[in-house]
Amino acid sequence: MTAQGRIVWVSGPAVRADGMSDAKMYETVTVGNSKLVGEVIRLTGDVAFIQVYESTSGLKPGEPVVGTGNPLSVLLGPGIIGQLYDGIQRPLRELSKASGSFIGKGITTTPVDMVKTYHFVPVASNGDDVLPGNVIGTVQETDLIEHSIMVPPNHPGGKISNLVSEGDYNLETELATAEKDGQNVPLKMYHKWPVRKPRPYLKRYDATVPLITGQRVIDTFFPIAKGGTGSIPGAFGTGKTVTLHQIAKWADSQVVVYIGCGERGNEMTEVLVEFPHLKDPRSGKPLMDRTVLVANTSNMPVAAREASIYTGVTIAEYYRDMGKDVVLVADSTSRWAEALREMSGRLEEMPAEEGYPSYLASRLAEFYERAGRVRASGSPDRDGSVTLIGAVSPSGGDFTEPVTTHTMRFIKTFWALDAKLAYSRHYPSINWMNSYSGYLADIAKWWSENISEDWFAIRNEAYGILQREDTLKEIVKLLGPDALPDEEKLILEIARMVKIGLLQQNSFDEVDTYCSAEKQFKLLKLIVDFYKLGQQSLKEGTQLSAIRELPVVPSILKARMDIKDDEMPKLDKLESDMIEQFKNISGVKVTN
Amino acid sequence: MTDKGGIQYSNIAEIKGPLVVVDDVDNAAFDELVEIETIEGERRLGKVLEVGNGKAIVQVFEGTTGLSISGTSAKFVGKVMEMPVSKDVLGRVFDGLGRPKDGLPDPIADKFIDINGEPMNPEQREYPKDFIQTGVSVIDGLITLVRGQKLPIFSGSGMSHNLLAAQIARQASVVGTNDDFAVVFAAIGVQYSEAEYFRRSLEESGALKRSVLFLNTADDPAIERIITPRVALTVAEYLAFDLGMHVLVILTDMTNYAEALREISAAREEVPGRKGYPGYLYTDLSTIYERAGKLNGRKGSVTQIPILSMPSDDITHPIPDLTGYITEGQIVVGRDLFRQGVYPPINILMSLSRLMKDGIGEGSTREDHAEVANQVYDAYSRAQEVRALAGIVGKAGLTEIDLKYMDVGDVFEKEFLTQATDENRTIEETLAILWKIVSKLPKNEITKIKDKFVDKYYQGE
Repeated sequence: MTAQGRIVWVSGPAVRADGMSDAKMYETVTVGNSKLVGEVIRLTGDVAFIQVYESTSGLKPGEPVVGTGNPLSVLLGPGIIGQLYDGIQRPLRELSKASGSFIGKGITTTPVDMVKTYHFVPVASNGDDVLPGNVIGTVQETDLIEHSIMVPPNHPGGKISNLVSEGDYNLETELATAEKDGQNVPLKMYHKWPVRKPRPYLKRYDATVPLITGQRVIDTFFPIAKGGTGSIPGAFGTGKTVTLHQIAKWADSQVVVYIGCGERGNEMTEVLVEFPHLKDPRSGKPLMDRTVLVANTSNMPVAAREASIYTGVTIAEYYRDMGKDVVLVADSTSRWAEALREMSGRLEEMPAEEGYPSYLASRLAEFYERAGRVRASGSPDRDGSVTLIGAVSPSGGDFTEPVTTHTMRFIKTFWALDAKLAYSRHYPSINWMNSYSGYLADIAKWWSENISEDWFAIRNEAYGILQREDTLKEIVKLLGPDALPDEEKLILEIARMVKIGLLQQNSFDEVDTYCSAEKQFKLLKLIVDFYKLGQQSLKEGTQLSAIRELPVVPSILKARMDIKDDEMPKLDKLESDMIEQFKNISGVKVTN
Repeated sequence: MTDKGGIQYSNIAEIKGPLVVVDDVDNAAFDELVEIETIEGERRLGKVLEVGNGKAIVQVFEGTTGLSISGTSAKFVGKVMEMPVSKDVLGRVFDGLGRPKDGLPDPIADKFIDINGEPMNPEQREYPKDFIQTGVSVIDGLITLVRGQKLPIFSGSGMSHNLLAAQIARQASVVGTNDDFAVVFAAIGVQYSEAEYFRRSLEESGALKRSVLFLNTADDPAIERIITPRVALTVAEYLAFDLGMHVLVILTDMTNYAEALREISAAREEVPGRKGYPGYLYTDLSTIYERAGKLNGRKGSVTQIPILSMPSDDITHPIPDLTGYITEGQIVVGRDLFRQGVYPPINILMSLSRLMKDGIGEGSTREDHAEVANQVYDAYSRAQEVRALAGIVGKAGLTEIDLKYMDVGDVFEKEFLTQATDENRTIEETLAILWKIVSKLPKNEITKIKDKFVDKYYQGE
């Protein structure tokens, strides 16, 4: 029995309809004569309070509201990768076919092409007893993505019959039927899943493998683990979006879900234009072959912005269930929180801090808890992960505002962007004193097994230098640099080298934009060795200025741009040049 | 803008601030245009903010002064507010609601367009990357403007933002093309003299024939300001996407717009966000700023330069703050430089153009542009640190290299930044000054420029 009511009140994205006693909470409904999509968010008597995902301009009391019986769901199946969706999984390419360059209203489309055929290779056999989550076959979705066709989590499972043989089928083809307790339920390439409900899995693991993003300040100093959570807050102009784009481009995950939540239209266009031409550094295939975009730009309807986060994370979980590492970046969670605030205001709820609803914190917690490295349900065994990274746009750049403070409670890596660094064009402007990573100790093992046993020690040494510099800077500010002894001046010099040669990274430079883990380590070691040699040299009576003016210094500082990832011997050469040059000024003995 | 049809209601329940509540309404739509008629027969325009349960809340653009509960009637026109457009709007002056203000008749409409516009489909946008040469060194060299960008000027009361905006409007050209160019200017609650300055400036340069002006001055109704930028952008979109022109839109002052929005929000007794501004200020501003852009397969473009004055020069105030989150960068006018008499007094460290990276380089400006600009940013930021240090320890306490950075700061402000209001520099001239600044530094301080460019352009010892 679906609800059939009438609109009684309209104000922006909020609509009230009566005659809705059959409606369920969070059920999707069609609103008005132009059949706009909406969702029931409160029920009072027979009056339903509906948030509408499209512009309500021109909507009148008296127009009909019809329930669909289903909660807001996404369609999960091959064809998702490479798409640009709006907040409720409508493909924007299809919308433009219906309404041109501007987004019209009341357009219905399917999220993926239902008649496109994929080459299905069965892995199950007739007579197999399958459970939800079991893989019954695979299709090649893009060059990069082998898509597992799984028994949906909300399917009863059972004994397989009528399994099709290998061949080309479209999404609506019945690939098999599963029989359980006398009931035959068909299996297709796709199923639907409600966005607000996390997809089930078998068990969770600790996050111990780093997500290599190719960004030095992240990987070396404030790493995030696969299946981890991270947040990147910053005032405007501090480079949130550029950093998120860098992660989406270079992170070593198999699938990237990029959510533009209440942000600029041109930023999504940039991804759309750029990603098909950029090559994944590991496979050499276009990045678009592993990317899904969800765009609900700032000027698109605000309620769909609220939904976009859930749409994105549900898609991410789906690919995780295939055993893939998925990274989801959401830019920006603050705009999502503002959408919550706007609907809460229209519901006339009692506001908590700064007008945000009291459930802001619990909604944020629910979202970030959907991250994790898991063993998927069903057979064969598959381990996958969802890494969640959310940008925060604190008003006035003030990190004590509610969205930032609540987010900090639920994430483990915090990249604090700093307007001062951005003003001096230190990019990425991640402040090394205010940022932290809770995964450092967990992922150190990976670095020592894969790159170098010394990684953790050297990383900490470099970080120590930055911390010392931070204290010394205060003294310099008061007394001038001459107040410091040469040993401490050397620290300032080394900190400068760490900042320019390592922390700064030019994302628009062809070479510098991505830095392999090995190159990161070698650059780090180079600077830390310079420090050790410099200390020793000073002890032996060398002038600081002689150290400062060593010809190797500019080469070290430019190595991040000049030396490519496949030219590691050049970095080794730089190391030996450095040792040689120190010898020449002071006869320092080589210690390593 | 008026319509003969529609349903007339005369049961006014309440008048508060800019709002009129009409009772016993049974066929009004959300966002619908309303004509209010006073007892004297005067007509005002408004729109429906909320409708239901027999009531409609109407926002009256021209204010509610003189309205009475009895005798006032409201006519629901049956459509949303539309702007009549045609090529004839060029060279015309309109009021803040889009009605002729120059004594001439309504332009003959080619079509009527909903002033709220519709969101551009991101999939249909064309990524902006055509360099606009404004002839202003600091913009072309360091905060490059491209076609289809929205780049606001953040200023403070009394500073020279209008001079700069007018100079850009006069000089802006795209290198190597001869496309149609138009200026749409919207004055939102500014003083008459400021609006007049723009008009005259466009007239003197001969650009008035290619311009459309929308004027809501400080003495015009405040609520009208909600509409002014929207009618202006509707015309701009028409010129750009229907007629294929490259349109530069100047909106000044967006602070007045936000204040009008706050007034309505307060009258509706909504829960306020920061500083009393409504929680949806960000979303609302985005429906204005996001109307800049280029579209696939269409010739024209809409480039926006909104101007806003930061209350107490505070960049963290909600208006500049939320604007900065939507626009593609910002040009910040600095009080210190202004006091020193520098024109244009741009604080480059706080300024930024997000689309610069795609609009410059080989083929549009020059191969070394990005790197030399980075180095100058870095050097100027060091110069500021050194100046601060010199203030404490004195010049004597500075190292030799520190003194070189002091020198960089001076050359930057005196030779690069400073420019006459009628001085139109080419990009080559601008780049030459940038290299002159970099050449003040010894080579081993140059960490952001590749050796091949240093070899080619560096002029120091």
